[in-house]
Amino acid sequence: MARLNVNGATREFEAEGDTPLLWVLREQLGLTGTKYGCGIAACGACTVHIDGVPTRSCVRPVSTITPQEKIVTIEGLSRDGSHPLQKAWVQLDVPQCGYCQCGMIMAAAALLKDKPNPSDADIDDAMSNICRCGTYNRVRAAIKAVAQGSTRSAGLAIQHTDGSIT
Amino acid sequence: MSAVLDRRGFLKVWAAGGLVIGFHVPFAGSATAQPAGAAPEVNAWVVVRPDDTIVIRIARSEMGQGTLTGLAQLVAEELECDWAKVTTEYPTPGQNLARKRAWGNFSTGGSRGIRESHDYVRKGGAAARMMLVQAAANEWKVPVAECRAASSVVTHGPSGRKLSYGKLAAAAARLEVPAEVPLKDPKDWKLAGKRLARLDTVDKVTGRQVYGADLKLPGMLNAAIKDCPVFGGKVKSVDAAAVEKRPGVKKVVRVGDSAVAVVADTWWRAKTALDALPIEWDYGPNVKESSATVAAMLKAGLDAPDAAVGNQNGDAKAALASAARVIEAVYAYPHQNHATMEPMNATAKYTPERCEVWTPTQNGEAALAAASEASGLPADKCEVYKIHLGGGFGRRGAVHDWVRQAVEIAKQMPGVPVKLLWSREEDMLHGRYHPVTQCKLRAGIDAQGNVTALHMRISGQSILAGVFPQNIRNGLDPVQFQGLNPPGPEASIGYSFPHLLVDHAMRNPPVPPGFWRGVNLNQNTIYLECFLDEVAHALNQDPLALRRKLMANHPKHLAVLNAVAERAGWGRPAPDVNGQKVYRGLAQTMGFGSYVAACAEVSVNAEGELKIHRIVAATDCGHAVNPQQIEAQVEGSFAYGLSAALFGECTLKDGRIEQDNFSTYPVVHMRHMPKVETIVMPSGGFWGGVGEPTIAVAAPAVLNAVFAATGKRIRELPLKNQSLKRA
Repeated sequence: MARLNVNGATREFEAEGDTPLLWVLREQLGLTGTKYGCGIAACGACTVHIDGVPTRSCVRPVSTITPQEKIVTIEGLSRDGSHPLQKAWVQLDVPQCGYCQCGMIMAAAALLKDKPNPSDADIDDAMSNICRCGTYNRVRAAIKAVAQGSTRSAGLAIQHTDGSIT
Repeated sequence: MSAVLDRRGFLKVWAAGGLVIGFHVPFAGSATAQPAGAAPEVNAWVVVRPDDTIVIRIARSEMGQGTLTGLAQLVAEELECDWAKVTTEYPTPGQNLARKRAWGNFSTGGSRGIRESHDYVRKGGAAARMMLVQAAANEWKVPVAECRAASSVVTHGPSGRKLSYGKLAAAAARLEVPAEVPLKDPKDWKLAGKRLARLDTVDKVTGRQVYGADLKLPGMLNAAIKDCPVFGGKVKSVDAAAVEKRPGVKKVVRVGDSAVAVVADTWWRAKTALDALPIEWDYGPNVKESSATVAAMLKAGLDAPDAAVGNQNGDAKAALASAARVIEAVYAYPHQNHATMEPMNATAKYTPERCEVWTPTQNGEAALAAASEASGLPADKCEVYKIHLGGGFGRRGAVHDWVRQAVEIAKQMPGVPVKLLWSREEDMLHGRYHPVTQCKLRAGIDAQGNVTALHMRISGQSILAGVFPQNIRNGLDPVQFQGLNPPGPEASIGYSFPHLLVDHAMRNPPVPPGFWRGVNLNQNTIYLECFLDEVAHALNQDPLALRRKLMANHPKHLAVLNAVAERAGWGRPAPDVNGQKVYRGLAQTMGFGSYVAACAEVSVNAEGELKIHRIVAATDCGHAVNPQQIEAQVEGSFAYGLSAALFGECTLKDGRIEQDNFSTYPVVHMRHMPKVETIVMPSGGFWGGVGEPTIAVAAPAVLNAVFAATGKRIRELPLKNQSLKRA
């Protein structure tokens, strides 16, 4: 039995050592928030954090990860969707189909940890995740909203059922 | 679209491509006996729970385009319910069949979700409201006219008595459906037309949203599949013994005569076993085909004597023969893959009595028909459960090849649910591709510099020939001419020429075509809008001025074009950005019922690197149900359309597609994405689509701006194959 530290807990599983972390998360550990989009680290849908470093899990064999390394998936980013990025994503209706968005949010979370007030160039460099629905401009707006502490600069004026307009 | 149960109970479903066919849908649906304890179904569209939660039934498929929220807004508007307590659910195609299509057409494509169903879904909401009000009036024994509904509460004006929908629903469900159901005037809308937040966002940011690829059922196995990479080829032999003993591998199965699948406990084990599985292919005759052979076939069609006519007035050929000057150019547009972020997948469970499929699909009824055919069971012994889509763009709408495969695998493991997931490589190689075409355009010019004649000869692939051949009449594919048709409500040309001929020489290469977001509007708009820019340049005329002269009879096309030109500042120099000079390009078109235009602003540096700074877009979709979602669709459509214009092409070599992942099929990333300003300008009086139309104006606007910046006219896409470097 192999062991990994995932979202703060030690998890045991059986898998061949060359199984990518993505598939152990999804299949052995039942955490399907991390997505398969390409299998060659080209799209970012599989992004998780390993000791805070954004990592494309589809090309990372589990045998290369020690049980001491702390893996965080979208499910562990917050208990209840309360991470500021998750809230901004909801306030600005960022997702369309949503399939790429967990990877987007994980990449954005790592960016903001590293650069709490990123420039457009910083965002361009860090956010290389693919979105086929084309939500890029709202992703950028949501990252900036979190950095600035307000969604107003996005100018979207979205009306929510709690009466707020963001 | 029509759906017919044949004598043996097999569901046959046809759809007429991009044509809208009206049919009667009973807007209230026939009443069904309510199972004991179920929340009352006031009618087929509206369920009201005792706690006043409103469940609105949605027949179309949500794939990110926002139709689920938009349709719910329309129902809720008429229903007069509390929007904060609205939720939605999908009836299944099996339920639709059993209730004589109470929910009508499930097909989601052609930007039709709202515009094709707004009338009957609104009536569904209105009828439910009338029945709830009637139930209250009956309870109080007062005239209906003294009762008003608002925010899920019916109030009796004179006495002030109130009853909530939750308390009225059971009684309402027993009432007669009203025969006459008047609808609100859109100017009285309180929910529709507003920038409301979507209903389906929260789970997408926490990882809780389940996609087909994520599905887990008890006892489920996983399958990976390889279909012959050469189109039309077959499996010759498979050495199953080579992988059967690998840990977790359950079975190696043949799927039809062209594919092999491995079934295992996990998908990773299935996929790795499949990669190690020796398969001998019989490639068949198409192994000789390549992009070069396809291009040669298309080129020959440009001058072929026979072609199907899509639009004509006057005598363009004669006018061109006698014109003072003729301007001519040939353009080309390549095959494209949809490349949804979630690869194709379906979970199927088969027994001789029942076949069930769980899958993302743009058309639950087509998926049901595919399950019925593949299983050999009549439709009423099959069911499809619609799962949230990780992208559609047309790939998941018509041909349900992946559903057939999943059922054929499940048939070989009766009683076991099997989830089939395509690898990205399989998805790239087995697309239903945007059709490949070329176009020769010839414009006749008189001595005064007026365009007197235009001949557009399109040569190339027909989608209908590959998907719905029964809709081709006398060699004419009616969908081929989107954006170029005579005046009409769907996809008509925005210009009047004294002499016009638009015709199509059909040439179908052995690459399976499909409906790709924007369909034929994409290349048709590039061809016409880039060519008109060429003509303007050749005549030393401003591209906007030249167009305006041709658009006097097309006020709605002209209005969106003028809107973007004015907002962008056409006619005044664009301010530099980061020290680079900025150049503009224009395009307009009409498709899927809406009028759209774009003005792109770009720079090209000395090394030939293109930067798209901003695109100003305008859409007149008649009525705007959710303007902030329309803006999201416009932006998203630009990312999709620009991917195709800048980077995307699927080339053919030895009968197979060469691009097998995002490494060789690059797409637009964050850093390529321009700012987008969208002018939503619904002029009323009609209902146009939103998901697609604007996709078609992004590329031509950018290409025209590239010309302004470099003097280089790009006639073959994608742009990455051309050098923009200053000589």
